[in-house]
Amino acid sequence: MSGFRLPSHPRNQARALPFRFDGRALEGRDGDTLAAALLANGAGIVGRSFKYRRPRGIVGHGFAETNALVQLGTGAGSTPNLLATRIPLTSGLEARSVRGWPSAAFDVGGIVDRLSPLLSAGFYYKTFIWPHWGLFEPAIRRAAGLGHAPVQPDGDRYEARERTCDVLVIGGGVAGMAAALAAAEAGAKVVLVEADPWLGGATGAEGASRLAAMERAVVDSPDIALMRRTTAVGYYDHNLVAACEEVDSPGLRQRVWKIRAGRCVLACGALERPLLFGGNDRPGVMLAESVRHYLARHGVAAGRRPLFVTASDSAYRAAIEAKQAGLDVVGLVDLRDAPGPLAEAVRTLGIELLVGHDAVRTRTRRGRVSGLDLLDRSRGRSIEVECDLVAMSGGWTPAVQLFSQSGGRLRYEEGIGAFVPEQSVQAERSCGAARGVLDLDACIADGRSAGLWAATGKEPPPVVRVEGERAAFRLPGAAKAFVDFQTDVTVADMQQATCENYRSVEHVKRYTVWGMGTDQGRLSAVNGIAVLAHLQGRDPGAVGTTRFRPPFAPVAFGAIAAGRPAGALFTPWKRLPAHDWHEAQGACFEDHGWLRPSHYPRGAETMAEAAARETLVVRHGVGLVDSSSLGKLELKGPDAGRFLDLVSLGSASRTAIGGARYNLLLDELGILFDDGMVARLGADHFLLTTGSAHAERTRRWLEQCLQCLWPLDLVVQDVTGLWATFTVAGPRARSVMERTGCDVDFSRDAFPHHRIRLGEVAGAEIRIVRASFTGEISFEISVRADQATSLAEYLMLCGEADEIAPVGLEGLDVLRLEKGYFHIGSDTDSRTMPGDVGFGSAVTRKPGDFIGRRSLLHPAASASRRPQLVGLQPVDPEAVVPIGAHVVGSAPRRSRGVVTSSAFSPTLGRSLGLALVEDGRAAIGSEVELWSEGRSWRARIAERTAYDPTGARLDA
Amino acid sequence: MLSIDCPHCGQRDETEFVCGGEAPTGRPPPDASDDIWTDYLFGNANPRGPVHERWLHAFGCRRWLAVERDTVTHRILSVRDFADAIGHRP
Ligand SMILES: [Zn+2]
Repeated sequence: MSGFRLPSHPRNQARALPFRFDGRALEGRDGDTLAAALLANGAGIVGRSFKYRRPRGIVGHGFAETNALVQLGTGAGSTPNLLATRIPLTSGLEARSVRGWPSAAFDVGGIVDRLSPLLSAGFYYKTFIWPHWGLFEPAIRRAAGLGHAPVQPDGDRYEARERTCDVLVIGGGVAGMAAALAAAEAGAKVVLVEADPWLGGATGAEGASRLAAMERAVVDSPDIALMRRTTAVGYYDHNLVAACEEVDSPGLRQRVWKIRAGRCVLACGALERPLLFGGNDRPGVMLAESVRHYLARHGVAAGRRPLFVTASDSAYRAAIEAKQAGLDVVGLVDLRDAPGPLAEAVRTLGIELLVGHDAVRTRTRRGRVSGLDLLDRSRGRSIEVECDLVAMSGGWTPAVQLFSQSGGRLRYEEGIGAFVPEQSVQAERSCGAARGVLDLDACIADGRSAGLWAATGKEPPPVVRVEGERAAFRLPGAAKAFVDFQTDVTVADMQQATCENYRSVEHVKRYTVWGMGTDQGRLSAVNGIAVLAHLQGRDPGAVGTTRFRPPFAPVAFGAIAAGRPAGALFTPWKRLPAHDWHEAQGACFEDHGWLRPSHYPRGAETMAEAAARETLVVRHGVGLVDSSSLGKLELKGPDAGRFLDLVSLGSASRTAIGGARYNLLLDELGILFDDGMVARLGADHFLLTTGSAHAERTRRWLEQCLQCLWPLDLVVQDVTGLWATFTVAGPRARSVMERTGCDVDFSRDAFPHHRIRLGEVAGAEIRIVRASFTGEISFEISVRADQATSLAEYLMLCGEADEIAPVGLEGLDVLRLEKGYFHIGSDTDSRTMPGDVGFGSAVTRKPGDFIGRRSLLHPAASASRRPQLVGLQPVDPEAVVPIGAHVVGSAPRRSRGVVTSSAFSPTLGRSLGLALVEDGRAAIGSEVELWSEGRSWRARIAERTAYDPTGARLDA
Repeated sequence: MLSIDCPHCGQRDETEFVCGGEAPTGRPPPDASDDIWTDYLFGNANPRGPVHERWLHAFGCRRWLAVERDTVTHRILSVRDFADAIGHRP
């Protein structure tokens, strides 16, 4: 194989572009693909095979390529496993073969080929099973791997766009162009996507003039949006097609399009199939159409003395064009017994035509093709033909990948020996070579008719399919006839899989790895099915295809992620309205979805020391807690009270205006969903607070109940973000509030526990709820969110005399643990019902139906061994047991529950905990063992409330 | 990706919606048997063919929709506001 440029081709005059391949400095021409430039430089070997490390050369062009995988660029922008046949050459481009170290031409692993009898199908599965595959996998993968993914973040920019159209045409060959033009003429808005930078697909010299006219018409049409270098990679439900556009500008690498089309025309063309013969994978064996493509498009001859071998009519034209381009065409071998219709034209040009011959095996010199052994079937005689290029054509395989992704059913078409679309599921039609129509005129007619259908929805008259005669399938006798070049699967591997009774095409695929490379079997699928059909004595249609899945061609991760938030925006933190104020107070923050102050260290305080101090501040003085992250939902309407009664365990409707109560929300399983306060602002107006993490979920849940279960007359509004809330808590809280000058009467009788009051402080409207998560007198003061910092500063000022101090979540968590208050979701789980946390009587007392009630009456709700929430007091008062520790029974020593909360209480001078324990309430007073990661502790099961069990301090 | 014709917002991509699974045929009365209640909570017909589902137009009108979808062809056969579909509206 000795490629060169045709002196007469215009490309020869194009600007020279320097590039490097595997470190070698080479030169190409502007307009070349990397593959064309490599061929022009006579680069025969571009990679090593996956398993046997055999040298491999460029076999095809465009998507019809499986060997020439390269890694482009270096550093963060490096991209592995790109097809050299699809990379436009640019000045200074740096490419490396992805397999073969230090270079493809000299591979240290090449010795593996000589061990190949050992490396049959399933070799790895069978050999490396003891003691464990995982032991061998890393080394095997390192040796067998393709390119290398860069480890740095991708610095390129990608973009995601959407568009809609009446008609989407995929493929800009003659059929696709004809379809687009016909649809546009009929009044449709058309989008035409074409993967290549040029239009025309596989049309040869005989169609050049018509092609040029159509291309002009497409470009000029105001109703056709032409998208070049755009590959449709996925066909999804309801005619959504994902396409990837190569932009390659400095600011943007790729653009991903989601195109929703009214109707879709699949004009994806067809891929030429390799022939099966010994050594068909050797550098210098190429697809006939690809040889023609490089000659016509790039002015590059892949060899000086090509020998064409074909199973149908298709390679005749390629042989003629090669001869006309000045190559010394050694001959044209037709595997059939009778020649095709172009035989006369071939002979007239002086090309020797051999019919009724089989290709047996290649001969090589220094790893490259030097000849081909033929078998004259009628005389049973072997012939050796010298050549430097074998141009093969096993027929054409319609590119049905997108059709198959769309859900359509395929049918085996004997005439072309491949699968064609049979029945559509979505609004699409295939046309041209994509459904097996190969003749130029027929392709144009077929495209027009599909375009008319797409514009109007009217079924067109069927186009007559042009079918050629194809050579009968014969199993190659020679060794190393490759079905799949990229994954190194031979005919012998398929024979072995069949011997081992693998029959299903999906099973054979996975066992042999046939079709599992980066090309997803584009070149190998149909040949493999033909081999299996022969081995199983079945029709290829009965064997069937494996399923085609998106993407049709590899897509960069960056492109898939385009348009989605990444980095800091992936899950942005919610900041409290007074975030900056907390920072100024020296707060440390914790991530709870919201960034919330955990503690405010003074001097060299540790978190535990600060939390202990802040706990005692609330117990003995007064603290200020930012409660703005608590969810706040307003329910308004005549049925608001009734609705709240239906979705919760409490009876909100019986709350007086200005009153508030603790409220538990349930789901239909009777499981605790959320808790909070419900306060009545007016006859038809309620305020419901939710856990900080639950606001969005609870709002959705209430909406679902309202819309799907009880469509009553009310609205639910999430006002969490509108209000900022600060809680003044501690025995001196009232003293602070009285100093604010607020128009609300804070005296014990006028504003008792569980009430809501509206007022004004320093000109700002406020809502104050008396509720407590600390066990001390608390005022939860809400103000417009933008006034949060002013409120905090003002409260600090009013509290100066009482030595008010900000208190973070760590201290708050100790305070609520001392009181035995629970957190839904950490102290309860997906099985916890009201009775398990001490609200059983509320269920039986509540009249009428409500959500989850029927489930709570189910025997399972009152069965024994339900986990119940209880308090824990470690025997060693200093021992803080880890959350998640198991509560272990005496005998048998199985887990009877888990510790859900645990901390050291500075108020009581001992450690405390909460635990969900089987029948825990009955076990109060008994001692249990706690166990976690090899350590254990003794603890007494206790009532949950360890501090102020009568609640006297709340009413002080 | 499905395209769902929201009665309030028009034709929108599936990514705007949250699928709420098969829509129960109705909440059994409070005195329903354990079996009937359990079936209401956990029973799914999971048919091969048309199925009545509940979809929330989360990034649109935030209404729950009654969607009839064919699980074989993924065709959407009908879309209504859920409250309309169950016969009452606030
Ligand atoms: Zn909507």
